[in-house]
Amino acid sequence: MTRNATDDGAPGGDAVTCTGLAYSFGETKAVDGLDLGVRDGEVFGLLGPNGAGKTTAIRCITTLLPVPAGMVGVFGHDAARERMAVRRLLGYVPQQLSADSGLTGRENVALFARVFDVSRRERARRVEQALAAVDLTAAADRLANTYSGGMVRRLELAQALVSAPRLLILDEPTIGLDPIARTNVWEHINAVRAATGMTVLVTTHYMDEADQYCDRVALMHHGRVRALGTPEELRSGLRDRLGTEGPLPTLEDVFRDVAGSGLDDQSGDFRDVRSTRRTASRVG
Amino acid sequence: MSEAPAAPRPASADRLHPVELDLLVVPPRARTGWKVLPARVVAMCAVELQKLRHDRTELYTRAVQPALWLLIFGETFTRIKAIPTGGIPYLDYLAPGIIAQSAMFIAIFYGIMIIWERDAGILTKLLVTPTPRAALITGKAFAAGVKALVQAVVVVLIAAVLGVAMTWNPLRLLGVAVAVVLGSAFFSCLSMTIAGIVLTRDRLMGIGQAITMPLFFGSNALYPVAVMPGWLQAVSKVNPLSYQVDALRGLLLGTPSHLPADFTVLTVAAALGVTSASSLLGRLAR
Ligand SMILES: Nc1ncnc2c1ncn2[C@@H]1O[C@H](COP(=O)(O)OP(=O)(O)O)[C@@H](O)[C@H]1O
Ligand SMILES: [Mg+2]
Repeated sequence: MTRNATDDGAPGGDAVTCTGLAYSFGETKAVDGLDLGVRDGEVFGLLGPNGAGKTTAIRCITTLLPVPAGMVGVFGHDAARERMAVRRLLGYVPQQLSADSGLTGRENVALFARVFDVSRRERARRVEQALAAVDLTAAADRLANTYSGGMVRRLELAQALVSAPRLLILDEPTIGLDPIARTNVWEHINAVRAATGMTVLVTTHYMDEADQYCDRVALMHHGRVRALGTPEELRSGLRDRLGTEGPLPTLEDVFRDVAGSGLDDQSGDFRDVRSTRRTASRVG
Repeated sequence: MSEAPAAPRPASADRLHPVELDLLVVPPRARTGWKVLPARVVAMCAVELQKLRHDRTELYTRAVQPALWLLIFGETFTRIKAIPTGGIPYLDYLAPGIIAQSAMFIAIFYGIMIIWERDAGILTKLLVTPTPRAALITGKAFAAGVKALVQAVVVVLIAAVLGVAMTWNPLRLLGVAVAVVLGSAFFSCLSMTIAGIVLTRDRLMGIGQAITMPLFFGSNALYPVAVMPGWLQAVSKVNPLSYQVDALRGLLLGTPSHLPADFTVLTVAAALGVTSASSLLGRLAR
């Protein structure tokens, strides 16, 4: 069922390439020279504390923020020059819970089927499959405002899946969820990815999740990538460097190592904490 | 750095998926060219109707104000006979004005709604779909029109109950519908344009209230332009609401009106509104 990787875009090329990606909000350099290559078919984790610039980088890749040509490519399409082509390849779940609470689960998914030009003939079946893929068939005709946080996340996943994207972009998909809902959301992401072969780009500040579920990760701090590789590589790399015996260091240890000191007090200004809390309280 | 992506995790793929997912690997065939716009308009209008179906409270609460206008203001001024209406009862004269008013109030709310949708991530997600900004705004504008149209039906029924003698000629009613939709498209775009400038809900709420009243009183909704002081006549002349009311009156009551000019002004105003609102939409995305 895995789709042919060469049917669109650069054959065998990267799903996402960022070359020297930079974006500032006034004086704040949110992303400051980001170089990244996400390979076709992998689950790639963009990691970092609040305020590292993960969301801003995602918003550049999704064409939400304007970037100069040549900085961002999605399956060989330039995010500045070929916006519509890029958007057709994307499924995007933003950091906030973004389902429309005034619509049912099914209507929420059907809207995205419509705006991605799913033909009327196919729409009902496609929506049904997207809902089934995230186990929401039974709740499909309830208003989304009756859903729990984990269900809303799964509904958003269905909204993103209905257009059969080649690249699924998830911004903090498990933020504010309880541990069981977190595991559940990840299981669905993995199952869908296994069934469809799509590439997944996910941001998170939960290092343990990234360690468990991502093929490769990039550790981001102050707008730049500080380390990149598989979780195992990064962890054993640190152990070798420290020359210590005993248990493998965690990704969090790796992060402390590459980010240097001051990680705990510097990361996350008021704005970040506030927006995280807001999402968390909406999810809760 | 590392070799090819690891094999799929031992996630419970089969436990979670006893279902067919064949369609989720086939991208839908893209619409292109002129077909995109009507498709997005239909999508946005469908959402509006679905929401109305789930929650009709707004439809009812929004019917209270026009009912009061017609019942109290209309009945009273019909007795006083203070306003020159060209020989028709004041209540009849007022009814088209109140239809336009309630449509405008609904449309003006769209700016607040688009900011709310931005904060909630709904707009953000729509902006990452293959929907040009102008198509998104046009969709919203027509959605406002559809909602205003449903509300207009309610006001027409209230007016009919109060004994207003209106036409039931289907062609004229079609014209009424078009006028309501175009007017709402303009006012929703006006408010989405302001939303793109002020960017926050609180500021927009204040501005929304500050402009709806002058737009309403600076129009021919309550009284003919001829009785206004000169400066207010000038306001009325550039106020699309006046053209909408003129068209509604002409179509519903058969009073003398300027239909070609009215529909031209409304169409041009709506087109300008779509243009300015979509050019400012990017500011909301940031
Ligand atoms: N819309 C905005 N306006 C101004 N500053 C912003 C905006 N969005 C993000 N920032 C700032 O950019 C930096 C990176 O933020 P963000 O990309 O949201 O980080 P992350 O997603 O990693 O938590 C932070 O310092 C944040 O305060
Ligand atoms: Mg973020």
